[in-house]
Parts: sequence; C-alpha cells; structure tokens
Amino acid sequence: MKRAALILAANPLTLLGVVLVALVVLAALLADLIAPFPDHRGAVVDFVNFNKPPGGAFIMGTDVVGRDLFSRILYAYRISLLMAVVVLAIAVPIGVTLGLMAGYLGGRWEYGLMRLTDIFLAIPPLVLALSILGVMKPTLLNGMIAVTAMWWPWYTRLVYNITRGEKAEGYVLAAEVTGASRIHIMFREILPNCIPAIVTKMTLDAGFVILIASSLSFLGLGVQAPTPDLGSMVAEGARYLPDQWWLSVFPGLAILIAVFGFNLIGDGLRDILGGDR
Amino acid sequence: MPPLLRQTLSRVGMSLLVLWGVSMLIFVIARVIPGDPARVALGPNATAEQVQALSEALHLDRSIVVQYGFWLADLVQGDLGRSLYTNRPVTQDIAEFLPATLELVFVAALLMVALGMPLGILAARYRGRWPDHLIRVISLLTVSAPAFVWAVVLMLCFAYFLPLFPIAGRLSEEFTIPRVTGFLTIDALLAGDLAAFADALHHIVLPAVALSLSGIGQAARLTRANMIETYDKPYIEMAQAYGFPESRIARTYAFRPSLIPSLTIIGLDIAALLGNAFLVEAVFGWPGLSRYGVQVILRKDLNAIVGTVLVIAAMFLIVNIIVDILTVLMNPKIRHAEKRG
Repeated sequence: MKRAALILAANPLTLLGVVLVALVVLAALLADLIAPFPDHRGAVVDFVNFNKPPGGAFIMGTDVVGRDLFSRILYAYRISLLMAVVVLAIAVPIGVTLGLMAGYLGGRWEYGLMRLTDIFLAIPPLVLALSILGVMKPTLLNGMIAVTAMWWPWYTRLVYNITRGEKAEGYVLAAEVTGASRIHIMFREILPNCIPAIVTKMTLDAGFVILIASSLSFLGLGVQAPTPDLGSMVAEGARYLPDQWWLSVFPGLAILIAVFGFNLIGDGLRDILGGDR
Repeated sequence: MPPLLRQTLSRVGMSLLVLWGVSMLIFVIARVIPGDPARVALGPNATAEQVQALSEALHLDRSIVVQYGFWLADLVQGDLGRSLYTNRPVTQDIAEFLPATLELVFVAALLMVALGMPLGILAARYRGRWPDHLIRVISLLTVSAPAFVWAVVLMLCFAYFLPLFPIAGRLSEEFTIPRVTGFLTIDALLAGDLAAFADALHHIVLPAVALSLSGIGQAARLTRANMIETYDKPYIEMAQAYGFPESRIARTYAFRPSLIPSLTIIGLDIAALLGNAFLVEAVFGWPGLSRYGVQVILRKDLNAIVGTVLVIAAMFLIVNIIVDILTVLMNPKIRHAEKRG
C-alpha cells in the first residue's frame, strides 16, 4: 500500500488517472444522490426548460425535451462502466486460456487457434461488432456480446506470444520433469508471468471498451432511448449543431474524461510493471 | 524463387485463407438473423407465394451449408448477390461507395504517419524532459476519445465558429468531375480541373484529421517506445561517444531500426481507420462505404452486410501484406529469418 502511494506520488499523471477514474466510478455509483434531476434519466418531458444553455440549475444545459444533461451523463456512466466490467470479465478469461493453450500445447492447437484469432483480427474491431449487432436486437446485453466477441483475440495473441517465450524457460522444464500436469504448468507456472502484461492491457482496455461501446450506440446500435448513453447522446446532439453545442460536447467530454483516466493509469502501469507495448 | 517473392506469395495465400474464414464467420453471423429476409424484403403486402418464390430464388429454404455453397460459387464469379435495400448488385454499390472511404482513409493514414512518427522521434530524443511529457499527454488525449467526438469538436471549431472548412460533403456543388477512379482528388487532376482538386482537398481536411487523431497519438507512442528500446543499445552510446550530432543519431541510428516493429502495428492501426471511418462519415455526411454499411446493417440487408464486411476485411489484409513487404524490404535479415510467431 505504502509502495503504491510512493509510486503514485512519483507519477503525477498516473495519480491524475486514478483521480479521474475514481470520480467517474463515484459519479456512476452515487448518481441517485448527485444528480439534480434523477428522474431525467427516463422519458421525461419538460417543455418549460427545453434547450437551455449551460447555467443556473442546469450546469450542462438541457436537451430538446428539457432534460438535465448533467443528470443524464451521470446515469450514462453506469452503462459505460457496466459494459467495461462485463466485457473484460468474459473476454479476458477466454482469451487468456486460448492463448495459453496455443502457446504451450503447440502443434495443431497452435495452428488452429491462431488461425481462428487471425480471422477475428482480420475484421476491423468496430466492423465485427457492428455486423454482430446488426443482426441482433440492439440491447445492452447484445452489445456486450458483440464487443466481447471482438475483444478476446487480443488477449489470445498477447498471452500466446509470452507463453511461447516462457515455454523454453528452466522453470517450465523443471515442472515438466517433475511430472506436473499440463493444466498445472499452463495456469500455475506460466500464467503468473503473463499477469503484469494482462493487467496493463486490461486497464487500457477498460477505457477502450467504453470508447467502442459509445461508438456502437453513436451509430444507433447500442442501448435504446430513453436510457441515457454517452454515444447516443453525442449522436442526438450532433443534429443540433452548432446552436445547441452543449448537447454533443458535454457527453463527448464525459467519454474523454473516463477513457483518459483509464489510459493514464494503464500508461503508468506499463512503466511500473513492464508488459505489453 | 527469390525469398521476397516467396514470402509475399505465402502471405497472399495465408490472407486468402483468412478471408475465406472471415466469409464463413460473417455468413453464419448474418444468417442467424431472426425473421424471414424474403418477407422483410417484400414487405407485409406480399402474398405467401411471392415470399416462397423469393425464398427459393435466394436459396433461403435450403440448409445454411448449401446456402454458403451457392454464395461462394457466386463470389468466385465476382457476384455478391443483390442488395435488398438498394435493389442493385452489391458489387455495384460497393464500387460506388468504396473509393470515397479509401480516399478518406488514405489521407488519414498519411497524416498519421507524417505527424505521429516525428512526434514519437521528438519524444524519444528528449526522453524524460518536457517535450516528452507534453507529447505523452497529447497522444494519450487523442486516443481517449472516439473519432466521432473529434469530428464534432473539429466541425464545431473549424466549420462553424471559424468557418475555415466546409461543413459536409466531398465537393462543392458548382463542380462536376467525370468519374474515372471514384477518388475525387485523382479524378479532378485527371480532368485537369485544379479548382475542383483544391475544393476536394478542402473538403477532406476536417474528416481526415478527425479520423487520424487517435492514430497520430498511437503512432507517436509506438515510435517513442520502440526508439527508446533502441536508444539503450550500446552502439548508440558509441555514436554519442564519437560525438555524432544528436539529431543524426535520432534519425539514423535510433529511428531506423525501430521502424520495423512500429510498422507492423501501424498496419493494424490503418486497418482500425477503416472501421473508424464509420464514425467520421456519419458526422460529416461523407458518402462512403461506411455510411452504406450502417444503412444496410440497420435494414438487415444480408447480402450487403456480408459483402461490405468482406471487402473491408480484404482491404485490411491488403494493407497488412503491403506493410509486411515494406518490412522485408527494409530489413534484409527478416528475409531469411524463420516464419515469425
């Protein structure tokens, strides 16, 4: 704990990242308490206060039906963070396991799994998620499935590359000589050496999942109205440029703050732990 | 066979294999769609016989394996089927919309390399000092927002508040250029119309910058990371001991060897531009393949979805093959190295 504090003190940018992410998480968790107009997360109409520029009771202004933008952004953070947590919680174990298998077992496993990875990586990430989502109903759950499907191959490749290097190391050979099972070698011997790289990548990816999820909802393939989502809020607001600029700028800024926070932490971790480039 | 040719051929072969896999993957994804595509295409007023007839014409009544067989046989003859949305052959739609996207991606990729790499070199040379920190913060910021946010910000700043650039589209209305390649800048030059060329360039600046911003940040970070690894090598220390100028050391001794690992990743980043074009085209009303892609996805137009994704994947693989060849050309050692993992 003390060491972590020292490291943070020496890396002001990483510290800034921790602060930003903490703020975003708090905003999402405490949205019910912080939001000036909690009911504005739903389908509320307030035609007295529509299209108000930022100021007064509405620090970020109101949208075309009079909902408080600040309140909606706080609730939108919930969706973003939930997405990041769920996608990584599913994609990382799958990707890591397949990477360990391809790297350690070699032979047919290596060939088959890495070709499968190549196929997934041959489609630009956003396009793959789009086409999966295109044929399903655009719901939060399906969005998570689509993003997860595009995310695991990156971990397979990362872990595969490390495993191939570690495979010939003395400690692995020693474990093989003592008759340890292949499962034991993969998960108890090799995996711990992949952890720093995986943790670094996960931190960076938490930001990128938020980014991709917002991109999907920007294109109309994410969470559907009236549930607030940062991406669809920007898309909606972009239609009222330049007069109601706040409608697209503040949700955009909200994405930037969250992703920037995770990137700063990930970048710091990369320096501290080493790991993937 | 010369090694370069052999490696290129094997890469092309491998890419075709991957493309085949992509086609199956996307085909399966597109066919698990709930609902009857024939019914969707014909609308609610069609009779059961009409739906039945279209189903049979599209082989929708057969198993998915048979459907894939028919589709693959058509593909080999250059036929991706008809789009149920535009009611034209998908290949014709793609031929119409692809050049606009490629033009945008090409300019963005150029910006990414031309701005990202020098920033990375600068950061590595002044490692740990203020230029390094500044470039680090800037590149982290640029990768921290999706392309559509940058598109909105740039549009607001440089098309509305400071009306320096046009708001949307590829060309002003007063110009007409005969379509040869579909790349407006090239077509304008071919037609000898310099005013139209300037106008087309003027239109592409904002969308291309919005698209390339996160790529610039990534290229800068990558170049810096790889160069710093090279900077730790003894031969750099030797060059410094000999008193070679720092700028020459940076450019020649530290940058060049680090270019090879950077290039591979930059190929992937260019591929990501193809995907992100979806976001930028939507904001700037850019009539490209991505906009078409979103339209057909929203309308669940199977042939068009499969065709679009396949073409984008093919572009992606071509970019990677080109990058691979460049890598080999730059480093004779790789030519003889074993297949890399």
